[in-house]
Amino acid sequence: MVYSEKVMDHFMNPRNVGEIPDADGVGTVGNPKCGDIMKMFIKVNDKGIIEDVKFKTFGCGAAIATSSMATELVKGKSIEEALKLTNAAVVEALEGLPPVKIHCSVLAEEAIKAAIADYYKRRGIEMNFTLSEHSCCERECDRKK
Amino acid sequence: MQENNKRRIYADNAATTPVLPEVVEAMLPIFYDNWGNPSSLHEEGRRAARTLETARATAAGVLGCQPEELYFTSCGTESDNWAIKGAAYAAKGRRNKIITSKIEHHAVLSTCEALEKEGFEVKYIGVDQDGLLDLDELRREVDDKTAIVAIILANNEIGTIQPISEIAEIAHKAGALCFTDAVQAVGSIPVDAKELGVDMLSLSGHKFGAPKGIGALYIKKGVRIKNLIDGGGHERGRRSGTENLPYIVGLARALEIAQERMGDMRRVAALRDRLIEGLLSIPHSRLNGHPTKRLPGNVNVSFEYVEGESMVLWLDKMGIAASTGSACSSKSLDPSHVLLAIGLPVEMAHGSLRFSLSHANTEEDVEYIIAATREVVEKLRRMSPIYPGA
Repeated sequence: MVYSEKVMDHFMNPRNVGEIPDADGVGTVGNPKCGDIMKMFIKVNDKGIIEDVKFKTFGCGAAIATSSMATELVKGKSIEEALKLTNAAVVEALEGLPPVKIHCSVLAEEAIKAAIADYYKRRGIEMNFTLSEHSCCERECDRKK
Repeated sequence: MQENNKRRIYADNAATTPVLPEVVEAMLPIFYDNWGNPSSLHEEGRRAARTLETARATAAGVLGCQPEELYFTSCGTESDNWAIKGAAYAAKGRRNKIITSKIEHHAVLSTCEALEKEGFEVKYIGVDQDGLLDLDELRREVDDKTAIVAIILANNEIGTIQPISEIAEIAHKAGALCFTDAVQAVGSIPVDAKELGVDMLSLSGHKFGAPKGIGALYIKKGVRIKNLIDGGGHERGRRSGTENLPYIVGLARALEIAQERMGDMRRVAALRDRLIEGLLSIPHSRLNGHPTKRLPGNVNVSFEYVEGESMVLWLDKMGIAASTGSACSSKSLDPSHVLLAIGLPVEMAHGSLRFSLSHANTEEDVEYIIAATREVVEKLRRMSPIYPGA
């Protein structure tokens, strides 16, 4: 299995790693049994713009790279724009992912959405999108159990 | 510690080994001068046939069997397939049960699963926390319907060495055959087919300094199994296909060298123990596999809160070749069945690292691996959302 240079770059030099202590929204997706967990923190200003975003990820090279890329893609964007982030956009920005690693990009998309859902909840805003219940765990490792 | 592209430490000898220069040297004349077909009647053929039988005798000598009990194959996987399918098909109707373990290599597991689909009953015997086979369970399962007991001699992931002679005795009491996959063992520990008491034993050249694409199966005299590959009747009618003479010569030479260097394995085992000690000094770690009954080069340690593929990628960047039992590095996305069989929680199976050392490794290598692993584990834990110390 070979990762693109872009994936390796975001794995070795991940952008926006860390936590935001006074975050406006925090979302966690994944499961240690699956081998990947992503936790996203967002700081949103009065105009609804994501001013800052940080992540912490337990997982493989692709899990870390997709987390990093997803944060880059939503940083400075409005909440509405961030909600439009798709896993395909993350894959494209990373110049591709091996087929078995596509689920990592799905997880990254869902981590961003989970953080936004938390932001909505804190603000008492009604959610205009749905979160996947199982996130990555529709995968082989869980199905076989 | 900075990325170092010049220095490479190869610590993945369980995956494959470099071909030894002495082996290449032994092989070259076969390509250049001695290229005849051993089946031919003419001088070129007779010369090749003599070389073939000399190589067979050499290999048999190292493995403690008779030359006519050793059959060359294309690889370890073929040998495993042949032994198990051959025994199962030969016993079909009389004995339809196959007994194996939960920690076999996929070459054995997938073969057993294929036979299961054909109607054979397969029992997968469990292991204890160190990876040792549950002999009581084996005794309960082996019966007069059992065709073959197939147990790995030394595990490729965790290095645990099984009491194969005892297992063979249990199988024989019920009239079943005993086969051992010795692919990881041959070259690393003394393997004597007669002493082990097994009916069949498989090995693979590239695990001990011969090239890929050559393996062998020991079949004890008198043991009848079905052929897997039919054709022109090579290998005394049991494994057809023109003999791969250069590789057979390479395999025999590599076996000789492994035997000559067996004494040095004590040094490798000391390196292994130092590496284990060093890695276990990293917090939240545990050793996988038996503490003493393990291959001299095998180290398998799990680190909590980090994932194996990430560690392997970072170690590679730092000049170290290692491997992991994490699901994320496999094609199936399932964590290692071996690590799950020893009762390791799935989370810990994801955080496993395997180093497999050889003669070529030094104390300096081991100290560098320990320092690099510590750095990588710390780096990844700092960004892990589940690490309590973060």
